[in-house]
Amino acid sequence: MQSETKARVDQLTSPAGHPVTALRFEGDIASTSKEAVLGSYQSLPKATAKLVLLDFTKVDYINSSGIALVIQMLIEAANSGQKVYAFGLSPHFTKVFTMVGITKYAGLFPSQADALAAL
Amino acid sequence: MSKVKSTSVEVRLPSQLGYEKVAMSTAAAVAKLMGFREDRVEDLKTAVAEACINAIEHGNKLNDDLSVDVVLSAGVNALEVKVIDDGNGLKTVPKKPDIDKKIHGEEDPRGMGMFLIQALVDEAEWVKGSNGKSSYVRLVIRLDAVAD
Repeated sequence: MQSETKARVDQLTSPAGHPVTALRFEGDIASTSKEAVLGSYQSLPKATAKLVLLDFTKVDYINSSGIALVIQMLIEAANSGQKVYAFGLSPHFTKVFTMVGITKYAGLFPSQADALAAL
Repeated sequence: MSKVKSTSVEVRLPSQLGYEKVAMSTAAAVAKLMGFREDRVEDLKTAVAEACINAIEHGNKLNDDLSVDVVLSAGVNALEVKVIDDGNGLKTVPKKPDIDKKIHGEEDPRGMGMFLIQALVDEAEWVKGSNGKSSYVRLVIRLDAVAD
């Protein structure tokens, strides 16, 4: 019933010249998304992927189980010295992420260009 | 369809994760008919989805033989949603999640559903059913209120 979550990895460079690894999600982010969310993150080389940018542009539905997966990613990123940012959330999910405190550990931006400009 | 008075809509869901989206879409359709702003419809969708997930997972324990009933009652100025399962109801309402504790491994990363429900609607109450049956969560969202 839940739409399959897809994840794609892109390598970007910020205007300041920093390498940025983008994880682009598509579909629902829910309890069935563990492999797509955590699996794709865990496949990144920790030594070089120091700036991780989450793309939620093509995500319509995120529930509390999906938010928990994002938090698990943030825990691993904090332990690995990586910084995580996100863009493309709807105004509603921007509010939800702010309410649960994710913005304390992952900067949110309206667009990829805004995010890259800040990195 | 421009004015809705004490209209009731009922949805019966199987106890399978994912079907909360059916209740979510139905609630959104009713709220739009009542004239709720788009941001309040989004608040309601998340609250209803989380209430249904709790009912499916914790109330009915994913038992295929049980269903979750969702009753939407549209009044003049408010929409009430009851999500009914066959569990024993809540013993206690969990405390507000603490992101710092979660990040530092002192608190389970999960467990935000009830916090979101309470934060996104104007009223939320959990009612234990008699004889361990028909426990429900009752949500109310008002037309003139603005959630933080």
